[in-house]
Parts: sequence; structure tokens; C-alpha cells
Amino acid sequence: MTESSGSKLLNGEACQRTLRGKNAGKNGFVKNHCVFEHPRKYRRPTERSQNAAPNSSLYKKPFSESFEETPLLVAVLTYMGYGILTIFGYFRDFLRHWNIEKCHIAHEREQQKDFVPLYQDFENFYTRNLYMRIRDNWNRPICSVPGAKVDLVERVTHNYNWTFEHTGKVVKDVINMGSYNYLGFAENTGACASAAIETTHAYGVGVASTRCEIGNLDIHEELEQLVARFLGVESSMAFGMGFATNSMNIPPLTGKGCLILSDELNHASLVLGARLSGSTIRVFKHNNMQSLEKLLRDAIAHGQPRTHRPWKKILIVVEGIYSMEGSIVRLPEVIALKKRYKAYLYLDEAHSIGALGPNGRGVVDYFGLDPKDVDIMMGTFTKSFGAAGGYIGGRKELIDYLRCHSHSALYATSMSPPVAQQIISSMKIIMGEDGSTLGKDRLRQLSENTTYFRRKLREMGFIIYGNDDSPVVPLMLYMPAKIGAFGREMLKRNIGTVVVGFPATPIIESRARFCVSAAHTREMLDTALRAISEVGDLLQLKYSRRERPLSTPGWTYEESLLQD
Amino acid sequence: MAAGQQWVLVEMVQAFYEAPAYHLILEGILILWIVRLLFFSKTYKPHETYKLTEKEKEDLIEEWQPEPLVPPVSKDHPSLNYDVVTGPPSHKIIINGKECTNFASFNFLGLLDSDRVKDKALASLKKYGVGTCGPRGFYGTFDVHLELESRLAKFMRTEEAIIYSYGFATIASAIPAYSKRGDIIFVDEAACFSIQKGLQASRSFIKYFKHNDMEDLERLLKEQELEDQKNPRKARVTRKFIVVEGLYINTADVCPLPELVRLKYKYKVRIFLEESMSFGVLGEHGKGVTEHFGVNIDDIDLISANMENAVASIGGFCCGRSFVIDHQRLSGQGYCFSASLPPMLAAAAIEALSIMEEDPEIFSVLKRRCSQVHQALQGIPGLKLVGVPFSPALHLQLERSSGCRSSDLQLLRSIVDHCLDRHVALTVARYLEKEERFMPPPSIRVVVTVEQTDEDIQKAVSCIREAASIFLR
Repeated sequence: MTESSGSKLLNGEACQRTLRGKNAGKNGFVKNHCVFEHPRKYRRPTERSQNAAPNSSLYKKPFSESFEETPLLVAVLTYMGYGILTIFGYFRDFLRHWNIEKCHIAHEREQQKDFVPLYQDFENFYTRNLYMRIRDNWNRPICSVPGAKVDLVERVTHNYNWTFEHTGKVVKDVINMGSYNYLGFAENTGACASAAIETTHAYGVGVASTRCEIGNLDIHEELEQLVARFLGVESSMAFGMGFATNSMNIPPLTGKGCLILSDELNHASLVLGARLSGSTIRVFKHNNMQSLEKLLRDAIAHGQPRTHRPWKKILIVVEGIYSMEGSIVRLPEVIALKKRYKAYLYLDEAHSIGALGPNGRGVVDYFGLDPKDVDIMMGTFTKSFGAAGGYIGGRKELIDYLRCHSHSALYATSMSPPVAQQIISSMKIIMGEDGSTLGKDRLRQLSENTTYFRRKLREMGFIIYGNDDSPVVPLMLYMPAKIGAFGREMLKRNIGTVVVGFPATPIIESRARFCVSAAHTREMLDTALRAISEVGDLLQLKYSRRERPLSTPGWTYEESLLQD
Repeated sequence: MAAGQQWVLVEMVQAFYEAPAYHLILEGILILWIVRLLFFSKTYKPHETYKLTEKEKEDLIEEWQPEPLVPPVSKDHPSLNYDVVTGPPSHKIIINGKECTNFASFNFLGLLDSDRVKDKALASLKKYGVGTCGPRGFYGTFDVHLELESRLAKFMRTEEAIIYSYGFATIASAIPAYSKRGDIIFVDEAACFSIQKGLQASRSFIKYFKHNDMEDLERLLKEQELEDQKNPRKARVTRKFIVVEGLYINTADVCPLPELVRLKYKYKVRIFLEESMSFGVLGEHGKGVTEHFGVNIDDIDLISANMENAVASIGGFCCGRSFVIDHQRLSGQGYCFSASLPPMLAAAAIEALSIMEEDPEIFSVLKRRCSQVHQALQGIPGLKLVGVPFSPALHLQLERSSGCRSSDLQLLRSIVDHCLDRHVALTVARYLEKEERFMPPPSIRVVVTVEQTDEDIQKAVSCIREAASIFLR
């Protein structure tokens, strides 16, 4: 691996995350005893050409991921922006305190004024003074299918976002770049919807019992068999909520005396699950294999803290696609490390299942790996399948154990039957079991759209994070004022986008995020791109200092498709 | 003072002169030795010797053998093979191919196969599709969600309500949204598992009081008050909460709410109330345990319940004053970081609420059925009925335990199987034995619903009696 890897977090440096790994399978005992060579020191790398082929035998196709450096001036201005906002925040708090400015915050009951305050004042400072200014960019209510185009409920505020009123009007046909509708299965017509309608007729919507007691319906069993087949694993189990799949199933797997190695950008549900398990948690730098290997070596060599007993087991927890970064996990390397150090691997495919790979089977499929090399395959049905819930797949022993020990199986109500049906129908379409090529077409469309959209944005000069094949596309905004401005300007142009800032991202790395869908037509993407470019000029967002790749007319997106 | 010190110094010098030579030599050697121990001893440089060489590390890595990912599960583990339900889990339920009368699903009001609910769910499905494809913040808020929230708030007569997409995650997310490290939570020993998980996630100090024992709670509160008086600065920032269930799922009895409210104001502690079993069950209008006791709902800081039992949909909600509830919209992990509730399930919940509002008679029917079942299940030889007469989920425990949990469970399981064979669906209450803080004794859960007829109840009770007489003698 080059010295550049992971240095983004150390010195905010851009890095072409390429790799010079050793073939671990053939020769695990290489120089320095490490699978991946340790960097001698973190050096400022020079930016590499964008299509530098990774020099590794582990990857079958180019793995190109980039995180362009934050321009210094932008960073300084961003900090200044936050500084000004903070000063104004204090000033307005002062005005509110003396009742000069009208205060809209809900108050504690009179009878409970002498209780210990429920919130520390500073906890809400950010909410009150920063978030409230741009609150209209979130929680926008919609009143249609969250498909490629969506209808928004129009709302207005007369008190600077403290409260909203619905005007009763509907903003029609907003191009939806925010929903995780990767394969476009958020539909109210078609095969999936009609199957779900039938199931509702037959079963109703609730279950009113747990899997373990009397809520194990035949439809759940059918779903689990299908999921296992889809993933290529021995067995699987489905749960009613994606978040809870993580937070309720990591605790039965690890406990005291176990070590969890977690990527620093892992989702809140993984963090919660790890915390609830009572294991020791250590965090490695995002997608940085040297950092992971160092932790693994040290952990095994030194054992548990203080007692120095050997760890009972070590669990590596990673995600397929990181939803805020748009990066794809370096799975071949993680698997090499996991094998070399006898650790177990928990792979959360919340965003990647259905969205990656020639067969839509997630990041394992994308890299052409064997699903048996991943011990715990976790994913959600919310995104690509247009349903709700999550699953865990793996060897039969694992699933048998979870069936008896998962918190969810014993204490939580089972999945709603129409939701299960939606998953079954959409998964069958992806697998081509419905006898059509609809699934294949959608996968191809998503991949084409992703490549096209990412390429165009890059050409326009925006800083785009993440992997070239990831349908999650973060566009860097940096400055706090631009978060609100971008969201509003885009909505004015009838395009719904997601903007995120602190605390979901590092304080200076506020961004907009687009989720490309197979349901987007080329016209929609072009409309969106035009609007983004316009807003980009308006807000001066085209920060990239890279040489812009020439948009050669002869180059077509088909060439960049996954060669499968 | 200074003169005195000087005098001591002079004396010391004099003593030095007067001391015998061997004494001085001995002391000199001792001093040298201390110097040696301090500066030349190897034990003070542990790092050199402790640092592992690459070779040693490599050996350790080669040597290390992890435990298997999961321990093997025995083939006859009671939870390994689930009963399979074919078709809808409504009043008549087909378990393992056998049609039974349902005494096990928490479908108290029988809304699960209500046509009105289904129609509304279908209409929503035809408009919105199934999934929401996003969390509430990012285009996952549907107008149906907002309607459900305002309907729930109106139903409960609170300022605000917030919905979650999973019943279990509701209270488990709500508790850590408010209670942080260093705060104190007083909680009933019999609290259900999702409360326990919420407590664990909050990382607060947890103080358990004996189940429904207000004296024990007051003792703990008094202890804390004394503690607070010792350290008033800390006390000013230490939040205190009481977490109780309205109707306990594990014990089928009700919390003494008026007494809790009294303690709340006396000791200035906030009350979080989990009403999954009592919402849509207790009270004249099904508002739960506050209505049951006639307690002002504003005296409870937060009420949480799921919509998976009486409401027969999926998800959960919290309600209370905006000052409290609104905080969860940014701090409730299960709210912020999870996809929102499928709109069709929200629509089903709205319709269920409408039914409950239109026909409050349903709650008195349920109450009558409950006391009927409670009455009928009394005095079965070998079995002890646990729970209050108005609880829709009762527990039958063994009168005499064999002392071994698994054989007790086996015994109860054979009673359940016997009833299943006779077309009565019951279930053994399942717990994770290693995870529960206070393990409830093994029991059969009997669930009462409004759909059960007199004959159904009679038949079920006689089946249980018969089985008890066979297996418990």
C-alpha cells in the first residue's frame, strides 16, 4: 500500500487509495511479517493520476477511490463560518435570555422547574443556533412513492424554521436524489406491489408475536430461504428493522473478553451493537488496512489489557458502502487479513446489497469473492429492495445460534407479512427468477447511471468523494452556510437532495449526498446535473483543483461497465 | 519557633559527631544501596525487556487460537425449531398444520384481520408502495407519518408524539436520548428486555428496586437524597429517572402509578412509562394506565408504547410534552438512523386508532373477557395463575418448581403441546436466560382477546386443566 493511504485523516491530504499488497494466500510470511507493508511514515503524497491501476493481485478490477484534499483557504473560511455562527449564537442566546428576542423553544412545565434540567444548556446550543437556521432542508414531508420523482408537501415557516405550516399545496415531480432507492423498487404498481397487496389481503399487516413464540409465519421461512440462496450462504435470518439487526445481533456474538475492531466511520447501529455487547472496542482508520493490521497484530500479541490473557475472539466490523463517504470497503484485503489473523468478519451491506456487483449481490459479488469467506453477512431490505428490515446470513451453525439467542428473535415482533412479500418479489426479480431480465436491466442501469453521474460531476469540477462505482455520491460543500443554500437552491430547481453537516460528518466536511437510482432516466440525471452545475456556480462549489478529465465524445459509459 | 529548629539542627550535628563509626558506615551503605535500587535496578526499565520482537509476535500470532464464532447449539434447544404458522396469525391460527384458537398472539383487540384496517393499509400501499427508502430526515417523512403522530398525540391528549419503525427500539432509544453517563435511573426489577437494553445503552447508574415495592423505591430515593446533600454541585446536574412499565409483560401486574407520581414530586425524579401491554387495553378509552388510575397524563414525563399489540400494526411511539419528545427527533438513535415506518403500516395504525376512538366499548369487552379468563384459570392443580384480573396477558407458573429450570420448561412445554393437539394455541414465555437481569420464573402465557368466545375460553381452560392433571399429577 502506498504511504498515502489513510493519510486523509492525518493531514487532510487527498489520497488515491491504491494498493501494493502482498499475496497473502501464497505467502503470508512476507517481509516484516505483515500481510500489508507498514508505511514507514505518513508522507504527503503527490496526487496520482485518477486512473492509476492498483498494483495488487487481490483486485480483479481497478479499485479507484478518491478523497481530494480540502483546499486550505476553504478550510480556513469554513472554520471562520462556524466561528461567526457561534458568536451570533451566543449573542442571540443573550437576547433570548433578556427577552429581547422572542423565544420559540418549548419550555419545562411550571411544576417541574425545580427538577434537574433535562438538557444541559450547551447540548442544545448547536440545535438552537445552527441547525435551526437550516432546518427546512431536512424532514421534508413527501406524499407519493419515494421513486425517481416525488411529490413534496409544501410547507412554510413564519418564524425562521421553529415551526412549519403546510400550505395544503403539493410540489409535484421533484427529482428525487435523496432516497436509497438504488434499484427503483419503491413502486406502487408492478409485480412487487401486487404481490404485497395479495399478501395484505391474506395476512393483514401485523403479527402480534415474536418469531420464537408464535409469530413465525410461513412467509418468513420462505423469505429466509430465498435470502440464503441470494447471498450464496447456508442459512439466513430476517429481522424487522435494519438498525436493530445490528444492535441486537452483535451482542449475542461477542462478549467480555472479545475484541471488536470497528471502522471509524461505521454506522451508529454497529457502534451501538458493539457497545451493548460488552466487548472491548478498538477503532481503525477508515478503510485503512495498515491501521487494521497493526491493531490485529498488537491485539493478538498483547492479549487483553492488564490481564494479558489471549482474546477469546476478534471480530472485524466493516460496511460494504459507507453511506456518508461513498467509499467501498477493501474487502479482498480485509479477508486476507482476517484469514491471516484468524479473526471473524462482520460485513454490513446496508447500502451495497442490490446496489453493487454484476448480480446485485453486494460487495462480495462486486469483488468476485466467495461469500463463505465472510463470517457474518448482514444487510438491510430498506434500500435496494424498497421494503424494511434486515437480515443476517452465514453458516448454518451461526444462524441456528442466532435463532436461539438473538434479542430480536425472542423479544421483538416479527416482520410484517406484506413487507416480507415485497422483499421476496423484488429479490426474485433481481435474481431473474421471475423469468424476465428486469432485474439485470436495473442492475445495468444503476451501474451506468452511477458512472455517468459521477463522471459528469467530476468534469464540472466538484469535489466528489468515494469510489467510482458507488451509487452514493457525496459532493463537498464544506461551509455551513452553503449547506442550507444548496438544499434550498436545488429545491427551487425542483430537485430533492440530501445535505449533511456536523455531527454526521467531520465539522469542516459538510456535504450534499446524491443517491443514484436505476429508476433515474438519463433526462432526469441531465436535468439534475444542469441544476447542480448552476447552483455550483452560484455558490462557488467547484473546488476541485484536479486537472479536469476531458469529456471525450467518443468515450461512452458502456466501456466503464463492470466487465462480467 | 526558628530558634527551636536551630536547636534541633545543632543537636543533630552533635549526634553525628558522637555516633560510633560502625553506625555511620552502616548508614552509608544503606544510602548507597537505596541509590542503587533507585537508579541502577533493572526493574525500573520494564520496557526494554517487555517489548516483543517481531519473531515473538509472529509466534504468538501463530499460536493464538480463537474460540469458535458461536458455540454449537444442541439439537433439542427449545428455541431452535420455531413453530410454523401458515396463513394469518389471527383468532383462528394454523400452527404446524393444525388449526387452533389463538391464545398466544398479543392481538388484544382483534384488529389484526379487521377489514377496515386492511383496506386502509391497501389504499396506502397503492399510493406509496411498501418501503420508505430513507430515514425520516432524508425524504423518509411521509404525510401519513405526520398524521399518525398527530392522531396519537390527540388520542393520548399529549402535546406531541413521535413514531419509531420498530416496537422494541422505541423505549430502548428513548431512554439513552435523555439519560447519559452519570445520570441515575431507578427501575423496577421486572422491567422488560427492551427497557434493560435502553438502560444499558444509556450507560447511566442503574438502581433496581423490588418489583412494585414502593417502600424499596423510596428507600433508594432517600439514599440518593442523602448522597445529593453531601455533594450538591454534582446533584444539580445529575438527572434522575424512574422507569416502569404500565402493565408488566413479565408479571402481568400493574404499576402503582399514583404512588409513583407522589414520589416523583417528592424527590424530583422524572417518570418514564412503558405501556406496550396497557396501551389500547386499560382505561375507559384505552389510553392506558394513566387513564386506569385517573392520573393526569402531564405528570408522566414520557410514555412509550408499541403499536404491535393492541394496535396490531408494526412500530412504536413515544408521547408527552413537546419539551421532552422533540429532543428525540435529533437524539433518538432508532429514530434518526433508521428507515422510517412503511406508510402502509402507519395507515393501518391510524385506522386502528379510529376504531378505538369510535368504539370505546371494545375496552370494556376486553376487560370482561380478561376477568372471565382470570376467574376460570384459578385453582388449576399444580399451576399458579399470576397477574391482575384486568391483564390481557396472564402467566401460568408451576406451583412447585422441580428446582431445575429446563425441566420446568419441559413440563410446561408438554402442557402447551397437549393443548396444541386439542386446537388451543398457547405459548411458553421465552426469555434469554443469560441476558435477563432478573429471570422471571418459567410460565405459560395466556393471552386474552376480544375475539375469544365463552366456548373458546371454556375449551382452553378445560384443555389446560386436563393437561395439568396429566403432567403435574
